[in-house]
Amino acid sequence: MYQFNYRKASSLEHAADLQANAEDGVYLAGGMTLIPTLKQRLAAPSDVIDVGGLDGLRGIDVGATVRVGALTAHAEVAASAEVRGAIPALSDLAEGIGDAHVRNRGTIGGSVANSDPAADYPAAVVGLGATVHTDRRSIVGDDFFTDLFETALDEGEIITSVEFPVPAQAAYAKFPNPASRYAIVGVMVAEVDDAVRVGVTGAGPCAFRSAELEAALAGGLSVSALDGVSVSSGDLNSDLHASAEYRAHLVVVMARRAVAQLT
Amino acid sequence: MEVTLTVNGAPHSLDVPDNALLVEVLRERLGLTGTHVGCDTSQCGACVVHMDGCAVKSCTVLAGQADGAEVTTIEGIGTADALHPMQEAFRDCHALQCGFCTPGMIMAAIDLVKTSEDLDEQAVRDGLEGNLCRCTGYHNIVRAVLAARDNM
Repeated sequence: MYQFNYRKASSLEHAADLQANAEDGVYLAGGMTLIPTLKQRLAAPSDVIDVGGLDGLRGIDVGATVRVGALTAHAEVAASAEVRGAIPALSDLAEGIGDAHVRNRGTIGGSVANSDPAADYPAAVVGLGATVHTDRRSIVGDDFFTDLFETALDEGEIITSVEFPVPAQAAYAKFPNPASRYAIVGVMVAEVDDAVRVGVTGAGPCAFRSAELEAALAGGLSVSALDGVSVSSGDLNSDLHASAEYRAHLVVVMARRAVAQLT
Repeated sequence: MEVTLTVNGAPHSLDVPDNALLVEVLRERLGLTGTHVGCDTSQCGACVVHMDGCAVKSCTVLAGQADGAEVTTIEGIGTADALHPMQEAFRDCHALQCGFCTPGMIMAAIDLVKTSEDLDEQAVRDGLEGNLCRCTGYHNIVRAVLAARDNM
């Protein structure tokens, strides 16, 4: 790791202040992505601003919606009986992130803010039509992920919670990388407010909704509705794990597996 | 940067670099070399310790994040004369070969048993997904965890 100044934020205002005064500051939540990034010297921030102690950003509130505080660990979401009662697909997704130790530290806010193309939560944000709340505003899930590791967040903006509508039904299926458990492809299929939504992660530069799959499933959530359906590989990622063409194939297979869980 | 943490019940205040990792503090400053560094990329689990009661990969926790925390390492769970039931089970079931992954396996397994209901073989295999054994001795590790489950 390069040298950096470690700063611990005592409040949202303090965090914003530390960020404003840093030459090149970066926020640290659980650190499950940022610390490996720093260790590989892929980032060289002047200041690491630890927001992990802001307990007000922790916790789960289940009512008409499911609101998850930004610092809530994946393990807490996975273990929450209330979340499982409202959105079992979200519990399944959280339970499948990384491994047990990573789930104890990694947070939903950190995952979403990083916009890793292979992270799981982004599929839920776009697939369920979540709202990302920050210290400044609320951002519609569809508008949140903008590119590889890029989001709609402004400089210094901090996610405070992610709020999911409760879908009529939803399921998540992923094809994990066997070593890292990141999604080679992950697909969230959901019926929200009488509309079908399909959120895809792992396949493209950032999470996106698949218009092809949503159109195919608009008439009803059945596996056979996906027979013969294909998605374009044009904008998808190719790397040592999978070619764009293979990812395009997996998107449809994962969508079929998600739908099969519902029927 | 000064950090204060309690390790295996003993309080410590240490001056460490801002980019120090928890595992470096444990091994290099406190001499607790039972916690191993295997991959150093948060995949292998050799460095698992308990921080405030949860299993964490100490190669992927900054010392500053552990400030104020209670940390338990493999040295803190039993003694040579009175092993922890999980250590006892690993010995009884021949659940170690080279032994490199064993401290992380044991710390992960203790957390798994504590936080699981109805722990069966598949749940043990799933729960230890973040711990790699390069000797590939998983079969006896799973047997040991299931044996310890009944004695903890």
